[in-house]
Amino acid sequence: MTHALQPAHPDITEEMWSKITTVIADNKGKPGSIITVLRECQDIVGYLPVQLMDFISAGMNLPSSEVFGVASFYALFSMQPKGRHLIKLCMGTACYVKGIKESLVRIKNRYQLEEGSTSEDRRFSLEAVRCLGACGLAPVMVVDADTHGAISSDTVLDVLDRYE
Amino acid sequence: MAKLSVDDLATIRQQRAESVAFTDRTYCLICGGTGCHATGSIAVKDALAREVDAKGLGEKVKIIETGCNGFCAMGPLLVVQPGDFFYEKLSVDDIPELVEQQLINNQPVERLLYKDPVSKKVIASQNDIPFFTHQMPRALRNKGRIDPEDIHDYIARDGYLAAAKALFELQPEEIVEQMKISGLRGRGGAGFPTGLKWEFAKNSPGDVKYVLCNADEGDPGAFMDRSILEADPHAVLEGMIIAARAIHSSKGYIYVRTEYPLAVHRLGIAIRQATELGLLEDDILGSGFNLHIEIYQGAGAFVCGEETALMRSIEGKRGMPRPRPPFPAHKGLWEKPTILNNVETYANVPQIILNGGDWYASVGTETSKGTKVFALSGDVNNIGLVEVPMGTPLRTIVYDIGGGIPKKRKLKAVQLGGPSGGCIPAQLVDTPVDFEAIVKAGAIMGSGGAIVMDEKTCMVDMARFFMDFVQDESCGKCTPCREGTRRQLQILERICAGSGEPSDLDTLEDLAVVIRSASLCGLGQTGPNPVLSTLRYFMDEYQAHIVEKRCPAKRCVALLKFEVNTDACTKCGACFRACPSEAIEWKKKEVARIEKEKCIQCMTCFEKCKFDAID
Repeated sequence: MTHALQPAHPDITEEMWSKITTVIADNKGKPGSIITVLRECQDIVGYLPVQLMDFISAGMNLPSSEVFGVASFYALFSMQPKGRHLIKLCMGTACYVKGIKESLVRIKNRYQLEEGSTSEDRRFSLEAVRCLGACGLAPVMVVDADTHGAISSDTVLDVLDRYE
Repeated sequence: MAKLSVDDLATIRQQRAESVAFTDRTYCLICGGTGCHATGSIAVKDALAREVDAKGLGEKVKIIETGCNGFCAMGPLLVVQPGDFFYEKLSVDDIPELVEQQLINNQPVERLLYKDPVSKKVIASQNDIPFFTHQMPRALRNKGRIDPEDIHDYIARDGYLAAAKALFELQPEEIVEQMKISGLRGRGGAGFPTGLKWEFAKNSPGDVKYVLCNADEGDPGAFMDRSILEADPHAVLEGMIIAARAIHSSKGYIYVRTEYPLAVHRLGIAIRQATELGLLEDDILGSGFNLHIEIYQGAGAFVCGEETALMRSIEGKRGMPRPRPPFPAHKGLWEKPTILNNVETYANVPQIILNGGDWYASVGTETSKGTKVFALSGDVNNIGLVEVPMGTPLRTIVYDIGGGIPKKRKLKAVQLGGPSGGCIPAQLVDTPVDFEAIVKAGAIMGSGGAIVMDEKTCMVDMARFFMDFVQDESCGKCTPCREGTRRQLQILERICAGSGEPSDLDTLEDLAVVIRSASLCGLGQTGPNPVLSTLRYFMDEYQAHIVEKRCPAKRCVALLKFEVNTDACTKCGACFRACPSEAIEWKKKEVARIEKEKCIQCMTCFEKCKFDAID
């Protein structure tokens, strides 16, 4: 039934749709599960296009407004496509005190990025994130799943060169 | 696997007694906290395992990946027991020598042992390192000692004994009574007496009640809860069982922030193992008591640390707070009576039930009992997790445990309580760690983030930093918080940019008073604190920014000249070598000069100059 509503979208493959359908089926009717569904769907696609949110709201039998409301409230959810590599710079107090701002400026200048944006070649997305709790290593940058501690403005670009 | 009885717990304790005392063989305890993982502890562990195998030591040596050891800045860490040898900053290349010397010849490898950052002296034993000697681990009693992914290790260290006592020997009112005697106050920030909270929920009528654990540790610079969950997840589960027994609940949720994948992973393992052994879900230890615990992952919203917002979030809604009363003890999650406690609070509960409330209350001050865990970070030599008795002066934390300020700089302030807290200035560094004393000094205890700031920190910029955080995280439900924090941020940005006016200071204070008194939840009510505390203690810095258009700490880019002070320049050329845009002219034995057209104002030269010669 929900399959019939499945819209065409350039970033969502047939395989992704089938995974999404499973996620919805697993959680349908479970109270409070919408955040979990959105998270899992975002993990599958990389972000949450409007068409996908509509599909989820139909599948979960929730108003679109509610699904959009939840997705726009939480920082985890993105409605914009992401680059091949996600750079997260920790903006926690410890990292800030230890000078992460300088590294942020260097990255922005080099790749013409703003916080929350993706470079034109979709190589990098840049996010300034909340405290990652790795304050012992401050200042901290996370690229994809790798945590880089004690970064400085003169080493940060070398680290990023490793991510093509 | 067979479900355990109370007798089985005793059997496991007996079987594992030598193992947790480290007397039956050599133990290599390698730290597997988030910090050490990031510095490569897994590779070190694998190399160690290979080398131990290759040398045929498999029988004699056991390698355990522990949770966070607490001394995060020194990772990857390894403690060898017995002997308590503390190795720091290990790399894969060090392993053959370490195995040969330490594990085969029983000779510690001096060059890899801990060195005091000030005296440079080698300190071999973990217990002799000043960072550890001044601490009193209670909530962190198992940190770095057990494998958090093996429930038997936890049981061997008296684990689930308190739960058994609560289920078989104590009535709910007796549990509440012990909690009240202990004087334990909520460790999440507000410091509400835990026993009282449980009593309200216990007396609240209803068949369905919930126990919630707040692991949405959002304060920037705080990582106590993450470390506890990574190092000793069962302590939290056991605390929740006891709480559930006290209020007659059979369903619990742990709300973990999404930024903590390792904590979620270890909690999941802990819940699975506890369930397999009959320590969770139905008929716990054969007592007939049930408790089902589920992990709920947050999605990145600071306000969800507020109790009513957290409950809304579990219900799958936008995490916005609601007015209280009704308090959650009467109407909480899904409108049912609910208690919500912080991770550290729960981690203290088993010890209190096992040893009695009086034991817990034997340390601390008049109004603040027991110990408190702090996440010490920022401009301090020893960064990491610190648990001290209440009443300990901040000076002990910063200087004795923290080892003082690096680069021979001076202390300016200690920031406590995150965005809801404030800065305690250097002249008040003898303030004891006590809920009331800290409030009097203009901060709050908060969840335990303690960020040390040296003289190179601009306090106006810090106020701007926290206000940026608060206004961004304001959920927008009530106007004073939504609009007020934004206005405060705009004013602070203006001051940092050099266009502040003298009247701005009054406006900042007026706004603070309104936001504080008219906001709905704790986020707004405490949001202006960083501004107020910096105004109180660092008025001279605000004045310098506004009147002289100067940033004394040289952090606010718009107020810097990017010129070399020719008198202070030692002609060393460090700035020249570091400049990424070749904007600095320098020749040997000559003063450096910055070419303004090429300068991209990246501040690298300020960082590199050791003589403060760039303005």
